[in-house]
Amino acid sequence: MGIWFSLVAVAALTLLGLIGANVSGLNYVFAVVIPYIAIVMFIVGIIVRIVRWASSPVPFRIPTTGGQQKSLPFIKQNRLDNPSSYLGVLGRMALEVLFFRSLFRNTKAELKEGPMLTYGANKWLWLFSLAFHWSFLIIFLRHFRFLTNPMPFFVPLLQDIDGFFQIWVPLVYITNIALVIALAYLFFRRVFDSKVRYISLPSDYFPLLLISGIAITGILMRYFFKTDLVAVKELMLGILSFSPSAPSEALSTWFYIHLLFVCSLLIYFPMSKLVHMSGVFMSPTRNLANTNRMVRHVNPWIDDLKMKTHTYEEYEDEFRKVMKGAGMPLDKEESHVS
Amino acid sequence: MYDTGKVLIGILIFILVFTSPMLINLSGGKASVKANPVLPKSGKCIESKEYMKGYHMEMLDTWRNLVVRQDVRFLKKADGTFFMLNGVKAEMSLTKTCMSCHDNKAKFCDECHNYLEVKPYCWDCHIDPAIAKKGVKK
Amino acid sequence: MSLKMKPEELAQTIDYKPPKKHWLDVKPDYKKGTYNYAGNPESIKYVHQPNPRKWQPYEEDWKLPENWKEIILEGFRERLDKFRSLKLFMDICVRCGACADKCHFFIGSGDPKNMPVLRAELLRAVYRKEFTLAGKLMARMAGATELTFDVLKEWFYYFYQCTQCRRCSVFCPYGIDTAEITILARELMNLIGVNIDWVMTPVANCHRTGNHLGIQPHGFKDSIEFAADDLLDLTGIKVDTPINKKGAEILFVIPSADYFGEPHYFTLLGYMALFHEIGLDFTFSSYASEGGNFGSFVSHELMKALNGKIYAEAKRLGVKWIIGGECGHMWRVLHQYMDTLNGPADFLEVPKSPITGTVFENARSTRMVHITEFTSDLIKNNKIKLDKSRNDHWHSTFHDSCNPARAMGLLEEPRYILRNVMNKFTDMPENTIREQTFCCGSGAGLGTEENFEMRMRGGFPRANAVKYVAEKNGVNLLTCICAIDKATLPPLLQYWIPGVEVAGIHELVGNALVMKGEKERTTDLRNNPLPGKEVL
Repeated sequence: MGIWFSLVAVAALTLLGLIGANVSGLNYVFAVVIPYIAIVMFIVGIIVRIVRWASSPVPFRIPTTGGQQKSLPFIKQNRLDNPSSYLGVLGRMALEVLFFRSLFRNTKAELKEGPMLTYGANKWLWLFSLAFHWSFLIIFLRHFRFLTNPMPFFVPLLQDIDGFFQIWVPLVYITNIALVIALAYLFFRRVFDSKVRYISLPSDYFPLLLISGIAITGILMRYFFKTDLVAVKELMLGILSFSPSAPSEALSTWFYIHLLFVCSLLIYFPMSKLVHMSGVFMSPTRNLANTNRMVRHVNPWIDDLKMKTHTYEEYEDEFRKVMKGAGMPLDKEESHVS
Repeated sequence: MYDTGKVLIGILIFILVFTSPMLINLSGGKASVKANPVLPKSGKCIESKEYMKGYHMEMLDTWRNLVVRQDVRFLKKADGTFFMLNGVKAEMSLTKTCMSCHDNKAKFCDECHNYLEVKPYCWDCHIDPAIAKKGVKK
Repeated sequence: MSLKMKPEELAQTIDYKPPKKHWLDVKPDYKKGTYNYAGNPESIKYVHQPNPRKWQPYEEDWKLPENWKEIILEGFRERLDKFRSLKLFMDICVRCGACADKCHFFIGSGDPKNMPVLRAELLRAVYRKEFTLAGKLMARMAGATELTFDVLKEWFYYFYQCTQCRRCSVFCPYGIDTAEITILARELMNLIGVNIDWVMTPVANCHRTGNHLGIQPHGFKDSIEFAADDLLDLTGIKVDTPINKKGAEILFVIPSADYFGEPHYFTLLGYMALFHEIGLDFTFSSYASEGGNFGSFVSHELMKALNGKIYAEAKRLGVKWIIGGECGHMWRVLHQYMDTLNGPADFLEVPKSPITGTVFENARSTRMVHITEFTSDLIKNNKIKLDKSRNDHWHSTFHDSCNPARAMGLLEEPRYILRNVMNKFTDMPENTIREQTFCCGSGAGLGTEENFEMRMRGGFPRANAVKYVAEKNGVNLLTCICAIDKATLPPLLQYWIPGVEVAGIHELVGNALVMKGEKERTTDLRNNPLPGKEVL
C-alpha cells in the first residue's frame, strides 16, 4: 500500500514537472518561484526542527556505552565507543556520522535446528547505506559546477576522483552508479524483506523513490536527453545570486522534472524522517561523554519531581520500637510525633 | 542542560553549508558572467547548433574511434555523400575540420568548458592549431 | 515455575515472518504467561500514585478515569517539552530495521511488535496523530493513529515486554534508545494508574522500609547477622556486622535480594568476608537497605524519591563515600541518574581506597564506587591472598548485565576479578557479551511467575549462548553482577540448559579469599565440598 501511494506521488510530481515545462506561462513558476520556495522551506524548516528539539533540555546524561568505561588505570578504556572526554565524543560522533559505526555492528540472528541461535555479521545494510549517503553528498558537491561562479576548488578535484576510470563520454562517475545501486538495494530490501516491509510506511518508500527520480532524470540528462547546460547554469546562477532571469527556452522538459524533484525533496526534507541528517548530531545516547560519575549533569526541571523521599526520621518513627528491641542505634529515643 | 552554544554552532554550520552557493556567488562577483562562445561569421556546420551543443563530445568520440580503430577517415553526410570543406573531403578531425572554422579554442571551446568546469581530454594529445602554427613560425 | 511447553516446542512456535495484516490492525492478545498482573491499589495508594483500584489487564474494563486520553496526551506533551531524547526519537527513526532482530523478546517470540522499531512506533503513531501536521492530515498514510483503548492495551502489553536493556540502542545508527521510550511510555501509563504489581509493590515497600522486600530494620539486622554466623561456620572467623553505624568511612549499599535470595546470599557472604579481611571501616544501612530502584521501572519521580535515601543516609551517618554492590539497574540509576536526581554529593569525599590509596577519579562527583572496581583495585595491588583452586569445581562464564554493560561500560572489572579468583573462565560468543550482551529476559520488573512464558522466550538468546559454552567448553557456572539476573537466570537455565548454576562475582571472591586465621575450608560458600575435600 505504501509503495503504491509513493509511486503515485512521484508520478504526480513527474506530471506536474511536464506541465511546468510545457506550459510556457508556467516556466517561470517552475524554474524560479518554486526553487526559491523550496530553498527557503528547506533552510527555515530544518532550523525550526533543530530549535524545536533544542528547546527541550537534555535532562539526564544517558550515553549508550559501547565499550569499556574509564575506571582504573590498569584497565584499558575504549575511548571511541565509550568516550569520557570532549575529544572522544567528537571521535565517536565522527565515526557515527561519517562511517555509520553503529550500523557497522549489524548482525543477523537466525534460529536453527536444535534449537540454536546464531548471529552472523551482516554488513550489507551498512555498505549500501554508506554508499548511498556518500554518493549523494559527492554528487551534491559536484553540482556546484552548475550553482556557483567562481568554481569552488573541490569541484574539479571531486570530478577527477569520481571520474577516475575515464570510461564513456561523457565520463561515467562512480558515485552515479553507486547511488543507483544503493537506492535499488534500499528500496528492494524494503519490498522483499518481510520484516522491513512490515515496518515500512509510505514515508519510507517515498523519499527513496523521489531520490531515485532525481538520480534517473539526472543520468538521463547526462547521457541520453541532453539539455542546454549553459542555460541551466545561467538559471541557477541567477537564482543563487538573487537576480533571477527568465528561464531560457533551451531548458528541456527533463530538466524541469529533475528540478521539481529536487525542490520536492527540499520541501519534504524538514517535515520527514530525513531530518535524521541533523538529528543524529543531537542524539543524547551518542553525543554525551560517559562522565556520569565524574561531572554532575544538571537537570533544569528536577524540582518538578515533587514526591519526597521517605525520610530517616519518618522511618525511625515508624520502626523505633523494633529497632530498639533489636539493639539498633537510634537518632531519637522517642518519637517526636505523639 | 540545553547546550545552546553547541546547537547554535550546529545551526550556523548548517546555514553556511547550504547557503554556500549563494555566498560564493555574492562574494565572488562573477555570478553574472556568462559563457559567450564566439561563433564563426560564415560557413555551415555539419549539424544543427542545438545538436552540437548537446552531442559534440559524442560525435568527436565516434570520429576518433572510426579513424583510429577502423581507419575510416572522411566525414560523410547523412545521405552518404562526403562532406566537403574548401573543396576537399573533410576529415573526421577536430583540429583539421572543426577548428578550420572554429579557429579560436580560447574563445570557442574553452568558453563553455570553463564555465561548466568541463575538462575534455582532447588536449591531452591534440594541440590548439593556432598555438601549433605559432610554434612553427618560431 | 513451570511451562508445559518443552524448549524444543517453544522454539518451534517462533516464526519471524510477520502476519499479513497491517500492524495497526493487529490487536494484542493477552495470552496467559505473557503479561504481568496489575498494581495492587494499596501499594499505589501508599506512594500517592494516581488511580489506585482493583483491576487486571485481561479484563474488559480497566476502570480508567473518564478523561484518561486527555491525561495521557497532556503528559505526552509535557514530556516532549522535558526530554529532548523523546522529541528526537519520535522524529528521526528511518525504520531501517537494524534493531529488529537485536531484541531478545523478538528473537524469542517472533512477535513483530517486539522489534524495537515497532515498539517505538506504537508511541510514534500517537505522536504523529497528535503532534504533527502530516499525521493530522493523512492519518494512517502517515502512520498515525488515534489514542484508543486498544492502543493503550498494546502499550501496556509491549512496554511491559521491554526490559529496557538498550541492546537495540547499540545497533541503532541514531542511537535511538528504546529504554528511554519505554521508561516514558510507562510513565505516561502510570498517570492513569496502569502499571504492574511486581513494580508497584516493591516500590511501596522500598519507600516504607528501605527495601523492595519490605524487610523491617530488625529483620535486616537478623539477616546480616545470620550471614555472619554462616561465615563463622564456614571459615571459623567472626566478621563484623556494622549497621547504621555513624562515622564509618564507607556506606555499603546492596540490592535487598543479596540478603534474602539465593544464590545472591553467597555473594553477600563474599562481600562480608572480603571487607573483614581487609579491615574496611564500613556500614550497612537498614534505611538505605536497597540499592535497586524499581521506581526507575515506572517513573522518574519514583526513581528520584527512592534513590534519595542513599545520599540522605550517607549524610546522616557521616560517611566519606559509598560502595555499591552487585546489581544491574541499580547501577544504571547510580551511574546515570543519581547525581542529577539527588546530588550534588558535596558532603562526601572523593572516594579513595583506604587499603590501596587509589583515588577513584571516575567517581569523583557521584562518590559512589562499584564493588568490582573496588575489588579489582585490591587484587591489582596484591592486597588480598587468593586461592584459585578453591573454585576449581566451577568453570565459569560471565553474563554482562545489561545496565553495567550498556549504561556504564563496566566490562573488564568483573572479568579481571574472575580471572584472578578462578582457573577456568571462558567467555560466551562475541555477539552475546559485553556491549552486545543479551538480557536475562526478566529485567525492568518483568520477572514474575505470571509472565513466565515470556521470560523464557526473552531469555532464550542468553540461555542459548550459555548452552554453547557449556557444551563446547564444559562451563557449569554463569556468573553475573545483577540481583535480577541472580533471581531469574536459574529458572531460565533450568528450562533451557539444566545443570548450569548462577553465581555472583563476590561469591567466587569469597571462595578464593584466604583469610588470616581461618580454619581449613572444606566447603565453598554454598556448603558444597571443595575440590579434593569431598567426603566419600
